[in-house]
Amino acid sequence: MENIYLILVLSPLIGAIIAGFFGPLLGRTAVHSITILGVLISTVLAFYVFNHHVLEQGEVFNQNIYTWMQIGNLDVSVGFLVDNLSAIMLLVVSFVSLMVHIYTIGYMADDAGYIKFFSYISLFTFAMFMLVIANNFMQLFFGWEAVGLVSYLLIGFWHHKESATEASLKAFLVNRVGDFGFLLGIGLVFSFSGSLDYSAVFSSLDNALNQQLWGLDLITVICLLLFIGAMGKSAQVPLHVWLPGSMEGPTPISALIHAATMVTAGIFMVSRMSPMFELSDIALTVVMVVGAITALFMGLLGIVQNDIKKVVAYSTLSQLGYMTVALGVSAYSVAIFHLLTHAFFKALLFLCAGSVIVALHHQQDIQKMGGLRKKMPITYWSALVGTLALIGFPGFSGFYSKDMIIEAVNFSQLPYANWVHYAVVAGVFITAFYSLRMFFIVFHGKSRIPPDSAKHLHESPLSITFPLVVLAIPSAIVGYFIIEPILFNGWLEGAITVAPNHTSMTELSHRFQSASAMIFHAVQTPPFWMMIGGIIAAWVFSLYKTQWADWMVQKFRPIYYILESLYGFDRLNEIVFVGTVKKLGNLLWRVSDVGLIDKILVNSSANLIGVIGSVVRKIQTGYVYHYAFFMIFSLLIILTWTLFAGDSPLLEF
Amino acid sequence: MENNLLSLLIWLPILGGVLVIAIGNHRANTVRWVSLGVSILVFVISLNLYTSFDNTTHLMQFMEKTIWISQFNINYHLGVDGISMPLIILTTFSTILVIIAGWEVIKNTVAHYMAAFLIMEGLIIGVFSALDAILFYAFWEASLIPMLLIIGVWGGDRRIYAAVKFFLYTFLGSVFMLVSLIYMYNKGGSFSILNMHNLHLSATQQAWIFWAFFVAFAVKVPMFPLHTWLPDAHVQAPTGGSVILAAIMLKMGGYGFFRFSLPITPDAALEFSNVVIVLSLIAIVYIGFVALVQKDMKKLIAYSSISHMGFVTLGVFALFLAYKPDSIEAALLGLEGAMVQMISHGFISAAMFLVVGVLYDRLHSRQILTYGGVVNSMPKFTGFAVLFAMANAGLPGTSGFVGEFMVILGALQANVWYGVLAATTLIIGAAYTLWMVKRVFWGRITNQAVATLNDINGREFLILSILALAVLIVGIYPQPVIEVMHSSVQHLLQQALTSKL
Repeated sequence: MENIYLILVLSPLIGAIIAGFFGPLLGRTAVHSITILGVLISTVLAFYVFNHHVLEQGEVFNQNIYTWMQIGNLDVSVGFLVDNLSAIMLLVVSFVSLMVHIYTIGYMADDAGYIKFFSYISLFTFAMFMLVIANNFMQLFFGWEAVGLVSYLLIGFWHHKESATEASLKAFLVNRVGDFGFLLGIGLVFSFSGSLDYSAVFSSLDNALNQQLWGLDLITVICLLLFIGAMGKSAQVPLHVWLPGSMEGPTPISALIHAATMVTAGIFMVSRMSPMFELSDIALTVVMVVGAITALFMGLLGIVQNDIKKVVAYSTLSQLGYMTVALGVSAYSVAIFHLLTHAFFKALLFLCAGSVIVALHHQQDIQKMGGLRKKMPITYWSALVGTLALIGFPGFSGFYSKDMIIEAVNFSQLPYANWVHYAVVAGVFITAFYSLRMFFIVFHGKSRIPPDSAKHLHESPLSITFPLVVLAIPSAIVGYFIIEPILFNGWLEGAITVAPNHTSMTELSHRFQSASAMIFHAVQTPPFWMMIGGIIAAWVFSLYKTQWADWMVQKFRPIYYILESLYGFDRLNEIVFVGTVKKLGNLLWRVSDVGLIDKILVNSSANLIGVIGSVVRKIQTGYVYHYAFFMIFSLLIILTWTLFAGDSPLLEF
Repeated sequence: MENNLLSLLIWLPILGGVLVIAIGNHRANTVRWVSLGVSILVFVISLNLYTSFDNTTHLMQFMEKTIWISQFNINYHLGVDGISMPLIILTTFSTILVIIAGWEVIKNTVAHYMAAFLIMEGLIIGVFSALDAILFYAFWEASLIPMLLIIGVWGGDRRIYAAVKFFLYTFLGSVFMLVSLIYMYNKGGSFSILNMHNLHLSATQQAWIFWAFFVAFAVKVPMFPLHTWLPDAHVQAPTGGSVILAAIMLKMGGYGFFRFSLPITPDAALEFSNVVIVLSLIAIVYIGFVALVQKDMKKLIAYSSISHMGFVTLGVFALFLAYKPDSIEAALLGLEGAMVQMISHGFISAAMFLVVGVLYDRLHSRQILTYGGVVNSMPKFTGFAVLFAMANAGLPGTSGFVGEFMVILGALQANVWYGVLAATTLIIGAAYTLWMVKRVFWGRITNQAVATLNDINGREFLILSILALAVLIVGIYPQPVIEVMHSSVQHLLQQALTSKL
C-alpha cells in the first residue's frame, strides 16, 4: 500500500514541477494535460484508498517514509497516517481539485499566467495531501504552511493589482499569527510527550494531566494554542479578516483553496486532535463560542455585500463557523460531514459565480447582473442546487449536515450551549436570506447588464459547465446516502475520540431513524421555518418590492453602517496593529539603535579616544628633561610598590 | 594527502590569491578563471572532509601538529570535529558563489578583489580548524584584513567609515579574547584549545574569561547591543563582501561560543545564560521591529541577519535550562538547532544579499522605493527572490525553518516565555520580509527604469539556483547535516554540563 499512497501524494507534485519548470517549453495543452493527469491519478487512487480503508475496513497505515531529523531519542520523520479520516479527506481534496483543474482550462483561457496557475494549483494539491496524510506534528505544520504559501501566491496571482498583493500579504501575515499559536502548541506537546508523533503523543496524554501552565491545565493551554492555529487557517473571528480579501485571487482557487479544502484544514486538525480536545471542556467551550460568533456574525455580513464572490466568501466564513461549533460540542464526525458536503456545494457555488463572472467579462457586482436564468441554464440549475444545499433545504446534502450540527448543539452539556443553539438556528434564516438574495438578483428579475455585454452573453464552455454538473450531483444527494455511515456506522471510528461525558453524539444516534425520516421530521422543526422565512424575505426584498430594501437601509442606518464597515475589524487592525508596529519599529530604530547605541555609545567612545589622544599628545613635548623626569618618577613609584607590597601581582609571570 | 587535508584547504586558496595578484589586474579574464578554478578545487577537496568524516566520534579528525614557536609552546595544530567541519564546507561553498557573483560587476582591480576573497577563504578555514589558541587568534585577526579591504576599496560612498567601524569594533572585541587566552596559558602552560577545555578554573576566573570571550564573539555574531557595525558594514560592502560577511564571518562568533565559551567556562556560561538569552531575545524581537521600518534593502537584510543569529545564541544558551537528566533531547535541540541555523543562515543571507546585488547592479539603488513591479520585467528572478524570502521567513520545506523550529522547541522547554518570544519571529520575520517583497517585486511598475530591466543572465541564474537547491535540500532532508554534528554536539553538551568547580 505504501507505494499507492506515495503515488497518490506525489503525482500532483510531479505535475507541478513539470508545469513550473518546463511549462513554457511544453505549451498550454501539454501543461494542463499533465497536471490534470497527475490529479486524476490521485483521485482514482483516493477512491481506491477510500474503498480499502472506509468501506472494507482495511488496517490503519501508520508508517514513516524517511527520517527528517533524529536527535537522541527524538525521531522526527516524514510519514503517512492513513485511517478513515485521512482517507475521506484525501478523497474530498483530490475530487474537488480535479474538478477545479478542469474548470481552470476554461476560466483561465485568456490569462497570460495560465501555465503558472496550473503549476500552483497542483502544488497546492500536493501540500494539502501532505497536511491530511501526516502522522506527526512537524509534517502537519509543513503542509499547514505550504498550503498557506500557495494561497499567498494565488491570492496575489494578478500581481499588477495593488488590492491583490495587499490581500495576499494580509492573508499570509494573519495566518502567521495563527501559526504562531500553533507552533507553540506543538512545542508544548513535545514538552510533555517527548515526541511529535501523533500516536506517541496520544498515548502519553496521561503525563500532561496534572500539569499546569499560566493558571490553566497544560492540556487546555495546548488545545487553545492549537485552536489559534485553526482560527487562522479556518478564518474564525477575529482572525477571519484575510478570507474576504482572498477573493482577489482567480475564482477557481477561491473554490478550491478558500472554500473547499485549505480553510477546512483547521476543522480537520481539531478533529485529528480530538483525543486532546476531549480532555478540556474549557477549550471545547471556547471552540464552540468562537464558532458560533463566526457563524452568526459573518453570515450577517453576507447580506450587505454586492460582490458576488464576497457574498459566497462570507457564507464560507459562516459555514466554517458551523463546523467549528460542531467541533466544540464534540460532534467531530458531524463537523467532518459538514466539511465534506460543504466542500461540494461551496466549490459548486464558487464555480457558478466564476461562470457568471467569465460570461460578464469579469463583472462581479450583482447589481449589474440579473435575469441570467435564460441565458445560462446550466449555470442556473447548478447554482440552484448549490444554493438549496447551502441553505439546508430538506433532502439536499447541506440539510443533513447542518441539521445534525444544530441538533448536536441542542444536546451539548457545555456552558453557553443554549446561546450557541440560538445563534446557529438564527444563522439558518440569515443563510437562506443572503443566499437567495444573491440568487434572485443574479439569475431572476430584470437584466441590468449593459447592452453591449448582453449581446455576447452565452452559457460558459464545456470545461466550465462539466465540473458544475459533476459537483451538483454530490451537492444534491451525498448527504442522504452517507449520513448514516459517516455519523453512526463507523466510517470515522478509530480516527476520532469522544469522551464518555460528552454525549451529543450518542444522543444523536438514539434519535436518528433514517435519512428519509429526517426530511419529514424537518417540517416540525424551527430551522426549517427559519429557512423558509429567509427565502421569503429574500424574495420580498430582492424581487417583489426592491424599494423596501432601500427603505430598510434608510431606517436602520446605524446597523447598516456597522455591517458595511465589517464591524470595523479592518480599521482596527490598520490602526492598532499596522500603525503601532510601524511606529514602534521607527522608535526603536531611530531612538534606540541609531541614537542611543550608535551615536552615544559607539561614536562617542570613538570621540572620547580622540579627546584622550589630544591630551596625551601634549605629554610628548620633545624635551629630554620632561621624559627623564617621568622615567625617574615612575621608577620611584614602582620600586616603592615592590618593596613595600611584597609579592607583586605584576611580577607573577 | 589525507593527513595534510586541512593545511591544503588553508594554504591552497591563500597561494591561489597570491598567484592571482601575480597574474595582475590587466589580465582580468585569466584572473577570473584562475580564481574560479582555485575556489572550485578547494570546494571539491573540502568535500573529502565530509565523505571521509567519521561521525561516530566526537574526537578531532584530520589532525595535524607541528611546532611553530617552541619557546611558548605554540603549535601549528589543526583538526576538525562535527561542529567545525560543516562550517568549513560552508566557507568553500560560499567562496565559489562570490567569485562568480563578482565576475562582471568588478571591472577594475579584478585581481586584487579575487585575491582578497581567496585569501580570506584560507584564513577563515584556518579559524575553523585551528586547535591552538594563538594560531586561532592569528587567523581570526588576519581574516579581518581582507574584509577591511573589500569594504574599504570596493564599497559604497561611506565605505571608509564603515570599514574602520567594522575593523575597530571587531578588533576591540578580540583583544579581550587574547588577554584571556594568555591568562589561560599562564595557568595551564599550553595554548592547545583542547587542553584549555580541561583547565581547572575557579568561578571568578571563569566569569572574567567568559565575559572576555563574550565580547569577542558577541561583536562578531553580532549580538545586541554590539551590533551597530553590521548594518553600516553591509550597506557599504560590495555584494560579495556582504555575502561572505553574513554567510561566514558572523558564524565565527557562533563557533566561538561552541568551541570556547561552553567547554572552557561551563559554570560561568550556566550562571550568565539568562543574560545571554535575554540579549538573544532582544535581538530576535527588537531587531525584527527595526528591520520592519528600513527603507534600504541591504539594511533590512542586515537587521534580519542579526535577528536570525539571535536564534543561534538562544539555542546555545537555552541548553542549561532545557536540560533534564532523563531526557537530553531538549538541550540537544537547542544546540543542534543553533548549528543548523548557522548553516541555513549562511545560505539564505547569502542568497538575499545576492538578490539585492542583482538589482543594485542594474539600477544602482538599494532603496525599496526605487523599485516596485519588478516581477513584470524580471519574472525568473522574482521566482528566486520569493523563494529566498520565504526561506528567510522560515517557511517549512526550506532550511530557514529547520533551525528556528529546533531552537524554538528547545527554548520552550527551557522556559515557556523564551519560546513565546522566539516564536514571534514567525510573524515579525514574515512581515518585514514579505512586505519588502511586496513593495519591490509585486504591483505595477512606477519607476520607468524598472520596466527596462533585463531578467537574470545565465551566470546569475546559476548562482541563485545553486543556493535555491541548497536551501531546499536542507529544508526537506536536514538529517545528513544533523548526523555529522551529532556526536560532537553531544560531547559538547556533556562538557557544558560538567562543572569545573
